[in-house]
Amino acid sequence: MDESTSSLDKRIELMRQHMDGMTQVVPWARETGFKVTRVERGQVWGVQPFAEHLVGDVDAQVIHGGAITTLLDNLSGMACAASLEEFRFVATLDLRIDYMRPADSGRDIIGEAECYHVTKSVAFTRAWAYHESRDKVIATAQGAFAINKPRPKASLGVPE
Amino acid sequence: MSETLSRGQQLEGFLKRVPIVQTLGMRCDIKGDDMTTVLPFQDKLIGNFTIKALHGGAIGTFLEMTAMAQLFLVSDVERPARTINITVDYLRQGKAEDLYGRARVIKLGRRMASVTAEAWQSERDKPVAALNGHFLLNRSGEQNS
Repeated sequence: MDESTSSLDKRIELMRQHMDGMTQVVPWARETGFKVTRVERGQVWGVQPFAEHLVGDVDAQVIHGGAITTLLDNLSGMACAASLEEFRFVATLDLRIDYMRPADSGRDIIGEAECYHVTKSVAFTRAWAYHESRDKVIATAQGAFAINKPRPKASLGVPE
Repeated sequence: MSETLSRGQQLEGFLKRVPIVQTLGMRCDIKGDDMTTVLPFQDKLIGNFTIKALHGGAIGTFLEMTAMAQLFLVSDVERPARTINITVDYLRQGKAEDLYGRARVIKLGRRMASVTAEAWQSERDKPVAALNGHFLLNRSGEQNS
């Protein structure tokens, strides 16, 4: 196993150990309340529990699509982190979401994201949202993420 | 009843009842069929606090709501439209400041509509994000004579 591979493996192991922490440090993720549940190489799973404060359709009591945007955007970014050989910050370039069917009221939504291709500066992702399985999907997403150049530590407020 | 309320008043009344709008803290400024939405900055909207950037999901939610609100404003449907798909382009980092949004209905058909929306902060010519979306108009309750 070469060194770069093991660096990615170490990062994936670190992500697994800090699945709660990965959303705890993101205020908007804390607000929507989604959790990361599984991390594999290039793939991340999560769950958005049903929550009344996220409802967008008052009559049907269904969570607004925006909560699915948040879930799939964040999981897709994490899938990039779980596939880049060297650690880099990524930023969403674009995200397309297609809604196949409305979510059921009162039910958790499972999200699954994969990073399927990486170039020097861009990572490409696909993601799914569903209740039970990808056979009956609520929404699919396709994203592109810019891979940022490494930042000097000082710019992050970390002493050299 | 609703006939006596303007479209803008109906929209305002509707938005007040939508929990996600309240969670975001989103407001809208309506003048006739013209609307600007506002997302006042709050810490909870942040996605990355090492660089104090707004979360892409919060920006996307705000833009999707802005598009839906504008569509409601210029159409005559009883209920808000349903999203078929959206594409959000993230053009610049959303700073820890208020975010503004405007949408334009490109095509209003009988069953579907195409809408674009843009969000910006201190400079209107430097958009933070842009949305393109298709929506299904909810005419189920309509009674044609």
